[in-house]
Amino acid sequence: MKRFSDLTHKKQQTFVAFLFLLVPVTLLIVFGYLPFFSMIQYSFLRWDGIGKKRFTGLQNFIDVFTRAENYRVFKVSVYYLVASLVQTVAALFFATILSFKLRGKEAFKGILFFPNLINGVAVGLIFLYFYKDIGTLNTFLKFLGFKGDTLWLTNPKLVNWSIAFTSIWRYMGYNMVMFLGAIQSIPSEIYEAAELDGANWWHVFWHIILKTIIPIIKLMVILSITGSLSAFEAPYIMTGGGNGSETFVIRTVDTAFKYNKVGLASAMAIVLTIIILIVTTIQEKFFKEKD
Amino acid sequence: MADISEYVKKQHTSFQTFVKYNGVQRILFDSFKYIMLGTASIITLLPLLVIFLGSFKTGVEFNRTGAFELPDVWMLENFKTVWIQGDMGLAFFNTVLLILLSSFGSIMTGTMASYVLHRFDFKGKEIIRKLFLWIVLIPGTTAQVARFQIVNFLGLYNTRLVGVVLAMGTDIMAIYIYLQFLESISKSLDESAIIDGAGYFRVYFQIIMPLLKPATMTVLIIKSIGMYNDFYTPFLYMPKKSLAVISTVLYKFKGPYGSQWELICAGIVLAIIPTLIIFLVLQKQIYNGLVNGAVKQ
Repeated sequence: MKRFSDLTHKKQQTFVAFLFLLVPVTLLIVFGYLPFFSMIQYSFLRWDGIGKKRFTGLQNFIDVFTRAENYRVFKVSVYYLVASLVQTVAALFFATILSFKLRGKEAFKGILFFPNLINGVAVGLIFLYFYKDIGTLNTFLKFLGFKGDTLWLTNPKLVNWSIAFTSIWRYMGYNMVMFLGAIQSIPSEIYEAAELDGANWWHVFWHIILKTIIPIIKLMVILSITGSLSAFEAPYIMTGGGNGSETFVIRTVDTAFKYNKVGLASAMAIVLTIIILIVTTIQEKFFKEKD
Repeated sequence: MADISEYVKKQHTSFQTFVKYNGVQRILFDSFKYIMLGTASIITLLPLLVIFLGSFKTGVEFNRTGAFELPDVWMLENFKTVWIQGDMGLAFFNTVLLILLSSFGSIMTGTMASYVLHRFDFKGKEIIRKLFLWIVLIPGTTAQVARFQIVNFLGLYNTRLVGVVLAMGTDIMAIYIYLQFLESISKSLDESAIIDGAGYFRVYFQIIMPLLKPATMTVLIIKSIGMYNDFYTPFLYMPKKSLAVISTVLYKFKGPYGSQWELICAGIVLAIIPTLIIFLVLQKQIYNGLVNGAVKQ
């Protein structure tokens, strides 16, 4: 009888590769790519998810762009984009401060980072109370001598800023830890060389520190934009998308699961995917040229 | 020894070295550092502190007292109530089980796939590699629209398995991390083992797996944080009461307890405690894990 080990290495490799990739590739195709391709198919249908499918051509896509209530939600992502820019700058600032000699460094780092580990629903509930009429924020404002009667989550002018702030609260520390990790990975010989060359702190910050963290900044910019476009969890938990806080993803999900318009929802999902693809491609190009 | 460490300390140059300031500037700069960090810490802790205080108050007391007032008596009644009514014991059990199963799954598929993709040469390798990379471009939540139909079709709706297979199939972070890590492991290690007559399975189990241990730690940390915090997957696919996880249980508190904030506070505190303990114990590993995990991209 021929044994497995008698086969050539090439044949053995092919066999092992097939065996080892079978499960991950099957899962990837079934739960990753298949939904995407069926979404493309659904996007041309009028379908409630159960009943009969009817081909409607491009009608769903036309609806996405011509019905104000379908594209108005894009504007909401601007708030999240601004918030994530503030978050990145704050993270860089605190990472720089924490890279100095400092008393209680680990404690500060831990406090600022910890919200990142808190369950997302818990964060939503914490801030639901934070913004309540007699909640944390208004009580604190009263304590400082203000009126403290602002309705942070019901006022359509404030609601998106309020919710976007929760994502700064939650993720700033994460970005900070990333930056700090990069800053601390700079070997001290580089600083020594810079010192010999007579560099000042600004040179060092600009030419050494910023250069090291550019890959991370690049990653964060991509994540900021795609994250703002697909903002979902915080507003969904806190307001359910009410009072003008509806985001594109909340609308998509509601269209599919609340109003059972799977076709239209698929078209919306495709549109979002295309936008994210475009953004990512532009960014790749932009950063490549800069490098 | 002492002399050497002193010498090393003196020689250690960092960004700090370049910030030259005299007496007054030094005091100003130092206070600036602490004021900024202090303010940020207060902003971070204030929302949490209020929840913590509230979780010990009675319903009447909660409505009567201000958010920052201490409770009259530090009573544990609220914790008992939510633990029993919210079935939080079961939710913790389900969450941990889900984390363990999907971490195990991701570690197995991740190590296997990355070993084969990094070390072997076979037809279709490049395209499979690309498939794993491209999937991140499809926004996760919106893809649920169609994923739901597939899960339903496969009869996985409202089963524990759906949480595991979705975590394994759509989150390929583990494969990235392992691929990245394999770059740093010399090929000669496993190639010489093959030349010495070891089979590929043996190389995988006895050489590759142990060498990938640090990467596995990273995967475990990122996976656990992600799974513990995931809300939408269990919310959408596992609404059955017996499959509830911490996220979905907390989300349900919003309804019936809408006016009983002291109970919601207790639920939040219960959900945070395990995270806090794990964070305090594994702080360094968590930071390293996240930093290593991000560098992959």
